[in-house]
Amino acid sequence: MTTGLELGQPQAQAIHSDEDVVRVRQLVRTVAVAVKLSLVDQTKLVTAASELARNTLVYGGGGTVEVATVDNGRRRGVRIIFADTGPGIPDLDLALTDGYTTGGGLGLGLSGARRLVDEFDIRTAPDAGTTVTVIKWSR
Amino acid sequence: MALSAEESGRLAGLLTSHDDQVTQRWTEIVTGSLRGRLSQAELRRQVQELHRAIVTVSEQGDLDLESERAAELRAVLAELSQGRARQGFSATETAVSVFALKEVLLELLDAEQNPTALRDYVAFSSLIDEMGLFTFESFVRTRESLIADQAEQLLELSTPVVKLWEGVVAVPLVGTLDSARAQVVMERLLQTLVDTGSPYAIIDITGVPAVDTQVAQHILKTVVAARLMGADCIISGIRPQIAQTIVALGIEFGDIATKASLADALRHVLRLTGVETSRRASRREA
Repeated sequence: MTTGLELGQPQAQAIHSDEDVVRVRQLVRTVAVAVKLSLVDQTKLVTAASELARNTLVYGGGGTVEVATVDNGRRRGVRIIFADTGPGIPDLDLALTDGYTTGGGLGLGLSGARRLVDEFDIRTAPDAGTTVTVIKWSR
Repeated sequence: MALSAEESGRLAGLLTSHDDQVTQRWTEIVTGSLRGRLSQAELRRQVQELHRAIVTVSEQGDLDLESERAAELRAVLAELSQGRARQGFSATETAVSVFALKEVLLELLDAEQNPTALRDYVAFSSLIDEMGLFTFESFVRTRESLIADQAEQLLELSTPVVKLWEGVVAVPLVGTLDSARAQVVMERLLQTLVDTGSPYAIIDITGVPAVDTQVAQHILKTVVAARLMGADCIISGIRPQIAQTIVALGIEFGDIATKASLADALRHVLRLTGVETSRRASRREA
């Protein structure tokens, strides 16, 4: 995937509790406003970040998030990287299926987050943690 | 760092022999750092109290802030920092009240020209540092308990269930809907449904900034629980950006009625209960 040129210092935030998920949402919203995403795109990105941050917390056992402003020459965007060192996802295709959950949720978090952003990349292996990178470009 | 018996004896001597001078100068320095936000009399009282506590404990031999004998001194320090924390002073402004004693002692030792002055000053200094850190910790503890209290109050405050019409109650949700708040909301709503005998409930999410799958799941559970009790729920306050996000996420609200605004939801319920039609009928008669 194209990651684009990084602008400015990325902002990091640890995810270890429910309060941290709220902080991630606030951080993402602040950066999304700074990049001038439309209100719909802001809401979509914040919601996707909320889903992925909660996945990092619940399934990854906590981790970190890094929010950066990126530029691909034509448009600016927000790139968010979620990383954990948890058990990883054994069957990625299954995890990305709507309605599949191992945690009692709606099973739409991961698959829904993919639909909410422009670029979605997930790297995972059993016992090697999971890293999810998403980008939302301004229109 | 504890003071030996001789050192604490000298500290007691220094503090008592220049009693007024110490409290006077100490109060002056603290007043300067707080820029007149506490009255001179109040500050003088606090400084005198601290002064008395330090003298009392240092007269009893070796001085260790952790020891049993220093309990009263610790209590005075804790009271001071609790007061400052509640009055909205910063941690620095609180600790400075203690650290100011260093400057006072330095001036006194300077005037005395004692050969042990330097060693004494270093020993006193580390004791004062310890006292300062203690106030710092009490300050943080007080602030933390304040924050915990406020979080609890917020939980209580932010989930009112209001009666909109005869048989119609509404829950205006504001802010983040986490599991704890969702639980409070559900309990309140179900209890209000029983208390008022209302067959309709409107859950308004205008004030919820982002609806993710967890929020949606909490709302869906609340709706199902209300239905089990025989009440019908309408979700209102779905703004355009929230609607688009919900669609992209793939959340389905099934046969639950959703409306863009609280007014639409109320109109919908009134139509269902026949209020509007009966009003029109009566107008026609008149």
